[in-house]
Amino acid sequence: MLRVENLSLHFEDKGKIQEAVRGISFHMQESEILGIVGESGSGKTMTALTIAGLTKEHEVLDEGRILLDQTDLLALSPKEMRDIQGRNISMIFQEPMTALNPTMKIGKQVEEALVLHTRLSKEERRKKAIRALEDVELERPDLLYGKYPHELSGGMRQRVMIAAAIVCRPRLLIADEPTTALDVGTQESILRLLKKLNKKYNMGILFISHNLRVVNELCSRVLVMKDGVILEEGPTEQIFEDPRTQYTKDLIAAIPGRTKSSAFYKLLKAKAGE
Amino acid sequence: MKYRGTKLRQLGINKRKLGKTGYNFVFGLLLTIVMVGLIVLGFLWSPYDPEAMQGSVKLNAPNLVHIFGTDQFGRDIFSRVLVGAGSTLSIALGTVLIGGGIGIIAGAVTGYFGGWLDEMLMRVNDALAAFPSVLLALVIISIWGTGKYKVMLALGIAFIPSFARIVRGEFLRCREADYVISAKLIGVSTPRILFVHILPNILPALLSSLAIGFNNAVVQEAGMSYLGIGVQPPDASLGRMLSESQTYLASGPWCAIFPGVFLVLLVLGVGMLGEGILDRFGGGR
Amino acid sequence: MAEKVLELKHVNAFYKEGKKKRQVLEDVSFTLYEGEIVGLVGESGSGKSTLCKCVLGLLKEYDGEIIHYTKRPQMIFQDPFRSLNPRKTIGWILEEPLKVQGGYSGEERRQKAEEMLRQVHLLPEFYHRYPRELSGGQRQRISIALALLTGTKFILADEPLSALDVTVQAQIIELLRELQEKEKICYLFVSHDLDVVSMLCGRVLFLKDRKVEEYADI
Repeated sequence: MLRVENLSLHFEDKGKIQEAVRGISFHMQESEILGIVGESGSGKTMTALTIAGLTKEHEVLDEGRILLDQTDLLALSPKEMRDIQGRNISMIFQEPMTALNPTMKIGKQVEEALVLHTRLSKEERRKKAIRALEDVELERPDLLYGKYPHELSGGMRQRVMIAAAIVCRPRLLIADEPTTALDVGTQESILRLLKKLNKKYNMGILFISHNLRVVNELCSRVLVMKDGVILEEGPTEQIFEDPRTQYTKDLIAAIPGRTKSSAFYKLLKAKAGE
Repeated sequence: MKYRGTKLRQLGINKRKLGKTGYNFVFGLLLTIVMVGLIVLGFLWSPYDPEAMQGSVKLNAPNLVHIFGTDQFGRDIFSRVLVGAGSTLSIALGTVLIGGGIGIIAGAVTGYFGGWLDEMLMRVNDALAAFPSVLLALVIISIWGTGKYKVMLALGIAFIPSFARIVRGEFLRCREADYVISAKLIGVSTPRILFVHILPNILPALLSSLAIGFNNAVVQEAGMSYLGIGVQPPDASLGRMLSESQTYLASGPWCAIFPGVFLVLLVLGVGMLGEGILDRFGGGR
Repeated sequence: MAEKVLELKHVNAFYKEGKKKRQVLEDVSFTLYEGEIVGLVGESGSGKSTLCKCVLGLLKEYDGEIIHYTKRPQMIFQDPFRSLNPRKTIGWILEEPLKVQGGYSGEERRQKAEEMLRQVHLLPEFYHRYPRELSGGQRQRISIALALLTGTKFILADEPLSALDVTVQAQIIELLRELQEKEKICYLFVSHDLDVVSMLCGRVLFLKDRKVEEYADI
C-alpha cells in the first residue's frame, strides 16, 4: 500500500544544513502495523511527518518518492495533498495536552476532517463523530461531544485525538510516540485500542517509538533507524530474538524487563492493570 | 528533534546575534551612546552659558556662531538643548530608578508569594494605574509643589504600577519552575531565590520594559514642563524649551525643532536598545 | 538493619476545592531505609504529586507524622531541560548548596564541585558551561550531583528517565545504582515504567484510591 523509495531529507537549523534521513526505502502492506524504532535524532519523526505531508517538502526533500498505492505524495500539489490528509492518511501525536484546541468543543474537533473531506449534513457528521468516539471506547460519547478538552484526562484526550484521526476511516494512521506521555495503565489500553482499530477497519498503522517494549507488543514488523538510515528491518520476533547489529542489541539490552524477566514485573503489571 | 546538539545550539545563537534583529540592538546602542555622550558633554561644557541672554542676537537663525540659533532672549539654543536634555535625562533616570526599584520589589514579592498580599498590593496597583500618570503626577505636585526632584518623585510613583505588573507576571511564571523548587529544596533563602535565582531570568523582559519606561518618563517630563508644572524657569529642559518656543513657531521654528529632534533621537535610541535587548537575550528561554 | 531515612506515619492529606475538602491521601504509612530504591507507582490523580510534595516538605497541610532522618530531601526532575537555572553556570549551580551551608572558601567550593562532577562521570570542564550546552543525560547527572552536594541521603526521583533516550536511560540507571551502593543513597523512584521499576526497585509503593499498598521483590 505504502512505498517509500530512497527518501532523503534534511532540515535547516539556523542556517546550517543537517541531514536527517539518508536514502531510506521501505514498504507497508495493507493493514499492517509497522514500527519504526530509534532514538532522538534518528530521523524517524521527520520521516513520519513527511509521509503525513506535514513538512514543507520543498524545504526538506533531497530526493525520493513516497507512493501511496500508485500516487507519489511528494509530487502532489498542496491542495491535492490536503485531500489525502485526513481521508487516506492521518496522524496522532505524543502530547495529548497540546494537540487539541482548548477553545473548541470535542465534537467539533472530531468532525473537522468530515467538514473538509465530505459533504455530509450536520446531523450526519454528528452521528459519525459520536460513532468515532464510541470506536475509541469512550463512555457517553453524546455527552462528551459538547465538552471541552480541559474537562478530560490525558488518556481520554489521546482517545479523542485518535477518534478525530479515524473519523474518515483513513487507510494509514501514523502514530508518533502516542503513549509516551501516558500512565502505564492508560498506555496499555491505548495499545489495545490501536490493535482493535487495526483489525476492525483494516487500517494500517505506522507506529513511531523509542520504546522497544511497546513496539514489541504492538507491531508485526519493525524498522530500526539510527542517524537517518535503516539499520535493520524484519518481523518483530526475528529482530528481538536475533538482532544483527550491535545497536539493536544495545537497544534490546536497555529494555529492563527483558534482561530480568521477573515475577516481580508480572506482579506489578497485574496490579497496575486492576 | 527536541534535543539538538550543543554545537548547533551555540551556532544558532551566534547566528541570531548577527541576524536582522541585531540591528535594533546595535543602532539603539550607538544612538544612545551618542545622545548620552552629548548630554554628559553638556554637564561639563557648553559653548555659551545656557542662561546668558544677549539682546543683540534675539531669534537668530542657525549660523556658524550659534549652530542651533538663538531664542527670543538671545540664549544659545545648542547650549540650552545640551543642558536641558541633561535635566530631562536625569529626571527620566530618577523616575525609572524610583518606579523600577519599588516596582521590582513589589512585583517580585506579589508574584512569588501570591495570596492575600498579592491581592492587596495589586488592588493598590490597580487604583494607581486607574489615573493617567500625568494626572497622578499633577496631584502629587499640587500637594508638594514643583521642582526637579518633586517631578522625579511624582513620575516615579506614577510609574510603579506598570513595572510592578510586568515583574509580577514574570515572577509568577518562574515561581513554579523546577529550578526554583530545586533551590528551595537546597535551602536557599527566599530573598536570594527572588533576586539571585529568578531575577536574572527575567532580566531581558525587565530591561526592555525599563527602556520603555525611560522613554515614557522623558516624554512625560517634557509634557509636564510644557504644561508649566515641571522644571521651572530659568532652568532648561527639553519640554520647557518646546513650551516656550511655541509663540515663536513662525518667526523662529529652530527654537522648537532642535529640542524636538533631540528628544525624538534620545527616545528612539533607548527604545531601539530596549527592543534589541529583548530580541537578543530574551529568546534563550 | 539499615538506618531509617524517612518515615511516614498515618498521613492524611486534603485538597481544598473552594469550601469542600477532598481527601487526597488516606492513612499513608511507610518507612524508607538507607541504600534502597523504592518505587512509587500511581496513575495521575492518585495523589502521587501530593505525596511527593509532603515528602519533600513543600506541603505542610497534612495530618499525621513525616519524620526525616537525613538532611533536606532532594529531588531529580522529569524534564532535565527545565530543572537547571538557564542563566547560571554549572559551577554556580553546584556551589549553591555549599554557599547555603556556609563555611567554605571560594576555592574549596570549586574543588568540591569539580570533585562531584567527576563522581557523576562528567569532566571538570563542565564547571564553566551553561545548562543549554549540555545534553539531557548530562543535565540529569548535574541534578544528581547537585542533590549529593547537599549531603542528603534521600533523593526523590520524579520520572527521571522518561525524557531521555533508551541508551542514555541505561547509563543514568547505572549511575543511580552506583551511588546507591557507594553513598548509601535512598531513592524514592517515581515512574510509570514498570519495566524500570521492577528492575531497579526492591520495593514498590502502589498508590491507588488515596491509599498505599506495598509490594516487595522476593
